[in-house]
Amino acid sequence: MRYAETGFNLEIDLSRGSVERVATDPKETELYLGGLGTNAKILWDRVPPEIDPFSPDNILIFGAGLLCGTPATGCNRTIVSTISPQTKLMAFSMMGGFFAPELKYAGYDKIVLSGKSPNLVYLWIKDDKVEIRDASHLQGKGSVETAELLKQELKEPKAQVAAIGLAGENRVYFASIEQGRSSASRGGIGAVMGDKGVKAIVVRGTKDINVAQPLEFLELCNEVLEYIQFRNENPIPGVMPILAGLGSPQEMKVHDEKWHTENFMWGNSRLRRKGFWTDEIASEWMETMEAMRTRLISCFNCPMTCGATISPPGRPTYMMKCFTKLTYTLGAMSDLEFGLGIAQSATEYGVDGFSAPQVMAFALELYEDGILTDKDLPDMPEDNEGRFYYLLDKIVRREGIGDVLANGTYWAAKEIGKGAEEYAHNNIKKQEQLPLKLSMLNPIYFLMYCIGEKMNITQIEGQFPQAPFPKREHREKFVEDWFQVPDDKFKQYFLDWEPRGDNSIPYYPTPEMCCDIVDWQERMHYIDDALGMCAGLSSFPLKPPYHIHNYPKFISAGAGIDMDEEKLTRAAKRYRTLVRAINIRRGMRRKDDAPPEDHWKKRFPELEKELLDTYYQYKGWNDQSIPTKETLHDLGLDYVSEDFEKRGIYKDNGDTPSKETSADKEV
Amino acid sequence: MGEKKKKVVKTIKINADLCNGCRACEVICSAFHAAPKYSSNNPARSRIKVNRHPLKDIYVPVYAGEYTAAECAGRDKYVIDGKEYEECAFCRASCPSRDDFKEPDSGLPLKCDMCEGEDEPLCVKWCTVDALTYEEREEDVEEEESSEEMEVGLEALANQYGLDKIMETVARMSVSKKA
Repeated sequence: MRYAETGFNLEIDLSRGSVERVATDPKETELYLGGLGTNAKILWDRVPPEIDPFSPDNILIFGAGLLCGTPATGCNRTIVSTISPQTKLMAFSMMGGFFAPELKYAGYDKIVLSGKSPNLVYLWIKDDKVEIRDASHLQGKGSVETAELLKQELKEPKAQVAAIGLAGENRVYFASIEQGRSSASRGGIGAVMGDKGVKAIVVRGTKDINVAQPLEFLELCNEVLEYIQFRNENPIPGVMPILAGLGSPQEMKVHDEKWHTENFMWGNSRLRRKGFWTDEIASEWMETMEAMRTRLISCFNCPMTCGATISPPGRPTYMMKCFTKLTYTLGAMSDLEFGLGIAQSATEYGVDGFSAPQVMAFALELYEDGILTDKDLPDMPEDNEGRFYYLLDKIVRREGIGDVLANGTYWAAKEIGKGAEEYAHNNIKKQEQLPLKLSMLNPIYFLMYCIGEKMNITQIEGQFPQAPFPKREHREKFVEDWFQVPDDKFKQYFLDWEPRGDNSIPYYPTPEMCCDIVDWQERMHYIDDALGMCAGLSSFPLKPPYHIHNYPKFISAGAGIDMDEEKLTRAAKRYRTLVRAINIRRGMRRKDDAPPEDHWKKRFPELEKELLDTYYQYKGWNDQSIPTKETLHDLGLDYVSEDFEKRGIYKDNGDTPSKETSADKEV
Repeated sequence: MGEKKKKVVKTIKINADLCNGCRACEVICSAFHAAPKYSSNNPARSRIKVNRHPLKDIYVPVYAGEYTAAECAGRDKYVIDGKEYEECAFCRASCPSRDDFKEPDSGLPLKCDMCEGEDEPLCVKWCTVDALTYEEREEDVEEEESSEEMEVGLEALANQYGLDKIMETVARMSVSKKA
């Protein structure tokens, strides 16, 4: 008997129209856990670097986390992995909601899509019955609309639907996959789904998920629930509201947006508006939110209410979560009412709430500076808000300049030329980042931005406070009940971290300490992504209910895999290394491990070099960020180094002008 | 006839306004009722069900009541605060008209037992947003002897067949049982 997982993947070849239920090897679960880990293994095995994102041979995997479908609170994430059309690297975007548990109850751990359907189809999975069905009547429909229509058509109100909108159908490089109140948005995985001709996946399951040691497992779940309640009643003092509590974060609940609106950049990630958050704005925005927000809602089996149902005046209701609340507002230099309104269109179209507004702000900046002209933007409205709606429409339809912008700022800038590349200034590895520009280099964040392959800082950071607390007594208070640390040395790092003086950024924490801190943060995110745990209860917030000390117990009691902290750390390191290996094989090197040039005003080239050198060494990677043969051998990944040898990857010293590797290649 | 007695009625108070739609109640209910206890879970087996239509802001947790062999005529609609509810959304019956409150494999009906042996039903314990709260109410009830119910039935039979016929039948049944 398999515990926590079902032991079966659903393999669907869309070219042949075939469906196969394939048993998986329990040894792979031990080595790569599940979710992201086993997704990465499949991508390594089956998608060599010669395969382009829009090739039928690219695959798109919907992987439920290992513990999804068990009673573990907040464990509901689907990890969607493929090769990204935007970065040409491995994309692994996650979505919460209700899809992963439903898939497990239907009897599958993953859906693996390969090939390409000649016509638009949707998949209907009900337990053992799997059908590929015609979706021509859904062409051009919104993602939310599609989900509702399919549930009605199938008379299955309890089914869960993951769908793309027009953006996915038209292969917009930042198209998302939308599902209930959640979405898998980063890396343009919606475009790959559209390229495969799949409009939606509908799933309904009525089978059991087993756990290995029932009483032990439930005891662990109860402890987590109790700790969540404790944390909800005891927010952490001295940090901004969204960092004080748990959740992903609770953007729909929190009204105080002083921090985001005054520290994040507006427009094309250019303008910092200190003093923006006046009492007047605060009460205006609170009124807007309360008028449109019908209810605070949750993902499957989670008491945190991070999402909300939003009903903008004169528009259909939709569901929202997290930071999309502000991205359109900031990009268009507008207000919350506009932001919540346009997000309704954006959700139906299915675009990434981080990239889309930045692409539009980028276009408007190019227009202001005369690089794009009226000829490129015919009949564009005069006002910023009207222009955003205009551009969004052009992009998702790939009309006129929209066809260029639909590839994201990096590729669009190359195609537009005339100096447009200077305007695509907020990217890492070709992908738009949070609009944040700061003064003094922070060494921890420098490393996270450089080496993060999840392409989003919120999916890399967490656990360790973002900034030092001003007074030592506050720090002492903070570490008192900080039992989540893997080792007590982290408490010391934090205790000694001062806002000013010798022990302040950029030279403190030292590169060695930064390695420990970043590695811990990254490790917890990677574990979450294999188990399907929401980062909002684990790797993202301070003092979370899930941590390195109770996770091994959850895996032992849940999945029946004998686990301890060391073994779990090694497993996470194994598939984290495999993710890097996939990207290395696609041409990624040290030069790609860089933050946006203007992220910090004060840069320290020597220190930055030392940070990267130290971190690569810490990880067992060579100075080109390629995992060494020894490292790979130690992790049981000899098959990776053999492949690297065969491809001559170890001979690449980074000095040779880069070959036309896939990561560099224009489409 | 019956006398007034105090009876403790166990109920779950449902505040649909507080429901966040997470379905933790379904998860823990199905886990508690698994055999062995907590060894598996499957919301389709749960004895509590959240009828949810997020876009219509409808969230109605309902826990399983009696089995009914036939569907009722109820297909009415209720409009409450501008939201339209199916009558069935509030119904606790395990009924042929739907697959709620039935074992998915066998179709056998399921009924809430308030998690016998626990301090409170576990759906309540796991509903930390307090959409579900446990209430024990004391009610004055006309406590009727259970034999009275039988008496009513027997009297009806006696009227139809005569008392002698009934006694003969009872005697024959008890002989054949012993054999």
